[in-house]
Amino acid sequence: VGLPDTVPFLGWSWDDLAFLMLSGVLLGAALLVVLSRDIIRSGLWLVLSFAGLAGIYVLLGSPLMAVTQVLVYIGAVAVLILFAIMITQSKSGPAPLVFQRQWWVGLGAAVAIAILLLVSVLLTAWPAAVTDLLPADVRAVAALLFDEYLFPLQVVGLLLLAAVIGGLYLARRDEEMPETNVTRVVLPGEGRSE
Amino acid sequence: VSHSLDSYLILSVLLFSVGVFGFLAKRNAIAMLMSIELMLNAVNLAIVAFGAFTPELAEQATTIALFVIAVAAGEATVGLAIVIAIYRNRRTPLVDEYASMRE
Repeated sequence: VGLPDTVPFLGWSWDDLAFLMLSGVLLGAALLVVLSRDIIRSGLWLVLSFAGLAGIYVLLGSPLMAVTQVLVYIGAVAVLILFAIMITQSKSGPAPLVFQRQWWVGLGAAVAIAILLLVSVLLTAWPAAVTDLLPADVRAVAALLFDEYLFPLQVVGLLLLAAVIGGLYLARRDEEMPETNVTRVVLPGEGRSE
Repeated sequence: VSHSLDSYLILSVLLFSVGVFGFLAKRNAIAMLMSIELMLNAVNLAIVAFGAFTPELAEQATTIALFVIAVAAGEATVGLAIVIAIYRNRRTPLVDEYASMRE
């Protein structure tokens, strides 16, 4: 079934429609990650924002990056984060306690960074718009990875090995050392209901 | 919209600043790590977008973005392990209760 050249009633190209929808999903999910009160929901919104970014990669003509995004971020990192949430799960605190008390400073810093970067993006003359985004050649990427970037590739392999060993060592339960259970400080306004 | 570099870079900037806000404002250490992942994703989006709009750099950009993903995965592993290790001792994932170095 052939699609019409532009979106009916809107006159946009299909790529524009896909871009706007995907970026809406991406930014909306990212905002919900940050703003949601329940940390488990934050983790699930994070999965949605990863998926939105994978769609944007497809739109950019880079299916290899999209596949990697799904495999590594949704398949590994998100699952790791969800497991860590379940291990360190505590009752979600009352509304004011999800954020630091000085959250407005963070908001100011984020807005300042956004404005500075937006100004620099908009004031720079980037390469002109292209008519069609060609898919990146996976064969060429592989050749580059195993020829010109061979040494960085080995270093990254070593780094991942070190990360695995370090992660296991840190998260391992220490048998001989008794846990120093520092009694948790109950903040004012935080319910004691367990 | 979808065929100009500006729109992808603006999207990346917005995603990055959402991550910055989350990192600075959240109290939960795992939520802070999630915000770091958002920022890394924004950077990757910028890299891939630059590559897509500069044909002679397309493969280089993909390669660099793959390295960023690998290093980010290592960072997430160690970061979450540290959070779990601290949680074992302090019984809380909230960073502003980790005050033992301040006292």
